[in-house]
Amino acid sequence: MKILPPVSIEGRRLLPSKWDLLAAMLVLGFLILFADVSRDLIRPLSAVEGQDLSLDPAALPGYAARTGLRMLIAMGVSLAFTFAYATWAAKNPRAGLILVPLLDILQSVPILGFLSVTVVWFLSLSPGRVLGAELACVFAIFTSQAWNMAFSFYQSLRTVPEDLTEAGRMFGLSPWARFWRIEAPFATPPLIWNMMVSMSGGWFFVTLSEAISVGNTTIALPGIGSYIAVAIAQQDLTAIFWAIGAMLVVILIYDQLLFRPLVAWADRFRIGDEQREDPPQSWVLTMLRRSRLIDWLTAPFEQAIRWSFRFTPPGFGVRAALRDHDNRLGDILWYAILAGLSLFAAWRIGEFAYVNFSLRELFTAIGLGILTMLRVVVLILLASAIWTPIGIYVGLRPRLTRIVQPVAQFFAAFPANILFPLAVSLIVYWSLNPDIFLSPLMVLGTQWYILFNVIGGASTIPRELTDVADNFGVKGWLWWKRVALPAVFPHYLTGAIAASGGTWNASIVAEVANWGDRTLRAHGLGQYIADATYAGDFNRVVLGIAVMAFFVVVVNRLFWQPLYWYAERRFRMVS
Amino acid sequence: MTNLLEVRNVRRSFPRSGGEELLVLDDINLTLKDGEILGLLGRSGSGKSTLLRLIAGLARPQGGTLTYMGAPIEGPVQGVAMVFQGFALFPWMTVLENVELGLEALGLPQKEIRARALAAIDLIGLDGYESAYPRELSGGMRQRVGFARAVVVHPSILLMDEPFSALDVLTAENLRTDLIELWGKKQLPIRGIILVTHNIEEAVLMCDRVLLFSSNPARVSAEIVIDLPQPRDRTSPAFEDYVDRIYVEMTARRVERMRQQQAQGAQSIAMPLTHVSPSQIAGLVEALAASPYDGKADLPDIAYEQELEVDELFPVAEAMQLLRLADVEGGDIKLTHMGKRFVDAELNERKEIFSRALMNHVPLAAHIRKVLDERASHSAPRTRFLDELEDHMDEDTADETLKCVVSWARFAELFSYDDDAELFSLENPT
Repeated sequence: MKILPPVSIEGRRLLPSKWDLLAAMLVLGFLILFADVSRDLIRPLSAVEGQDLSLDPAALPGYAARTGLRMLIAMGVSLAFTFAYATWAAKNPRAGLILVPLLDILQSVPILGFLSVTVVWFLSLSPGRVLGAELACVFAIFTSQAWNMAFSFYQSLRTVPEDLTEAGRMFGLSPWARFWRIEAPFATPPLIWNMMVSMSGGWFFVTLSEAISVGNTTIALPGIGSYIAVAIAQQDLTAIFWAIGAMLVVILIYDQLLFRPLVAWADRFRIGDEQREDPPQSWVLTMLRRSRLIDWLTAPFEQAIRWSFRFTPPGFGVRAALRDHDNRLGDILWYAILAGLSLFAAWRIGEFAYVNFSLRELFTAIGLGILTMLRVVVLILLASAIWTPIGIYVGLRPRLTRIVQPVAQFFAAFPANILFPLAVSLIVYWSLNPDIFLSPLMVLGTQWYILFNVIGGASTIPRELTDVADNFGVKGWLWWKRVALPAVFPHYLTGAIAASGGTWNASIVAEVANWGDRTLRAHGLGQYIADATYAGDFNRVVLGIAVMAFFVVVVNRLFWQPLYWYAERRFRMVS
Repeated sequence: MTNLLEVRNVRRSFPRSGGEELLVLDDINLTLKDGEILGLLGRSGSGKSTLLRLIAGLARPQGGTLTYMGAPIEGPVQGVAMVFQGFALFPWMTVLENVELGLEALGLPQKEIRARALAAIDLIGLDGYESAYPRELSGGMRQRVGFARAVVVHPSILLMDEPFSALDVLTAENLRTDLIELWGKKQLPIRGIILVTHNIEEAVLMCDRVLLFSSNPARVSAEIVIDLPQPRDRTSPAFEDYVDRIYVEMTARRVERMRQQQAQGAQSIAMPLTHVSPSQIAGLVEALAASPYDGKADLPDIAYEQELEVDELFPVAEAMQLLRLADVEGGDIKLTHMGKRFVDAELNERKEIFSRALMNHVPLAAHIRKVLDERASHSAPRTRFLDELEDHMDEDTADETLKCVVSWARFAELFSYDDDAELFSLENPT
């Protein structure tokens, strides 16, 4: 399975198209809409904020279960979103035009951004009850999980091997049946990989999504995230260690009960004839298969899907239909809807800008954005300089790889920000400069993408190539320059792109850190957004989000995307 | 005349999970003389490539000594260059850069590097391709780059690990002829060549001397000096005699042992099997029954006519011997009475013949069937039999043996196997 970076790389274009602009406008417009609504709705919610959280370790299993359940629900919603959104984008070229850039923009919007502008709206859905807060929390987790899953699914759907599709067509499978029999199975292994990545993303923001603090609204839903928040407020290091332990257990349980079985199960969908030497195993899956429980449980669904093959839902097979004859009416209708939406978004943006816009604020945000970008660049460079050689060293030694690879994946899944309090307490203790010493926290959780992609790359270097190097006495710097670094470069890039995106997102959490009543600030865009959120200043929140999304998209388009294609052309191993 | 290379009592094993060692090379002795092409011939997986890596100093033996020009080999040796089966070109370097790599490693001045690389490219017939990337080249041209890269460092010994086996027939022959010609004209700065191959004709065509390797673990089973002048003619009777002789040598031992076991009824479930599909068996049985063979054929002939590599032919022939569908003797293969019946039979009858052959001649198949019959559930997990096999053989062999039995039993409808649940059973999906 080839792992693609979680950004749009299929376009190979540098300049934003009109669709990118439209997508950006739609996202911004709706953020503003929500922000406006929120402003009207802001009221203290006594019912939810009054909850007392106990720091007693005995309460942790209960909290852990609730957090785990929220993650699971969000994952379910993300899956549903993925199937609907990515399929629509892949099947309907008209929709794809706008849906793909939209995903690119959504992905670059920091997660706190979604949270801060939507939480009040969610709360208003069920005033005074916890349900609204729960919804907001699940939505926040959803926004940290859904985008890269949808991307992966979309990319898979677009690269289904032609002969499979043609075989399906020859046997007269309807487009709907083709989807379930050919396309979805083909897209499954990368999707599961991305689900695992998403899960880590969700964990990373669990503190933010459970202990919500927007303006006057403070919510602490019972869960590990809130537990940590309270522990930070009370400067209770012991409690933080307990929380770390609990989180480890939950992550392990997820790994054993959900992901490992899924990976082992999805192995059957790999394309390729050769049998894998060491296919993924899972005791849970083996157990389920032996007991035939799965057969029994899934039989009705299997029946239902099979029964549904006789129908084709509207919209499926549009691609073929469009090729046959131009559907003028549909075009007109579709573009009219888009025009209407963009007009609406433009109107909201215009009105918002007219009332709230200040050139000074914009320059402040951009200046801070440059600061944060500087941090991201330096950190990614540092992480690359450290982890690339280590990754290559490990990847070339199969026995070491078997030990290190799962550990690296686990670290990636482990929410690094719960270690923040430890770091912050040290910074406070030694009175270090937060502008410098808070920065490494940003990359704490994301550097692992670089490590395990490089390990993966190095372990797939054909042995014949390393033999050649040995045989001809290629050693030292020549070896690194001509053999090792080029060989892992495409893999490294995939990791670096993911790490860079994650680091931007983490800036909101890392540039402002609390320890008891002490708050440390590093100047940057993340700090700008975080502060605006706590202050409930929606104008600055929206501005900050827009600027950050702009930075991320520009960096992706001008830097990562061209580099990715250069690496694919130049360095990818061809068989 | 001095010996370029001496290999004495070399032994090499690999650690297996579970602490056991898998012995791949056992007590190997060989000598490479000055001015000679030495062939190492054996089936794939017989450890020849491992031996080549030891000679190149890419791996270390567990026992024995290797000496190059009198000095022990303790790491990659300057003066030994290797050509790889899969070409092993760096995809991010041009042809020129690939060829220059070995010279750069020597730390030569840039000017000399360029001059020597261009000369080698010229010699191997790659002129005009200097700035091409490997992916733009055909397989034959890629392997030429592999040769140029090896030759350019002026090695004394050239090691070739099945260098032609990834190429199509015409390209391979073209490259072989070119190489022999260069060698014959003494245009190569090389004093000796070791060629690893599983292609018998290739060995007879190119080598001065051939060592035959038996497998599991690899041992040198015979040495044959090819006393024919170059260039050699594949159609000459002397050439064919050499090919025949090697065929007999390579089949005789294994088949003889199998026949002995069958005669004594001494087969146990622990007999390792090589996976051969029933359709391959049926295909060869049918080919054998048809004219011009009419039930009896010379192994080299039928291999050539059926376009089978020896690697593909031998396991099928052995399976036929095992199932008593054919007799293999002295380089010939002959259909048995049962084999002839199999040819004339309908599909269902074929399954029946196969099923009976399994029950009578493949103890493992009979054993599994018996266990399934006796159990109330008529099912048993794979590990039940795997563990049993692993008492007698290593993990990989046990795996392969079980895979083979499953494939045969499925065809014979003797029992069925669910790979998801890793479960043997008597039931078929209804």
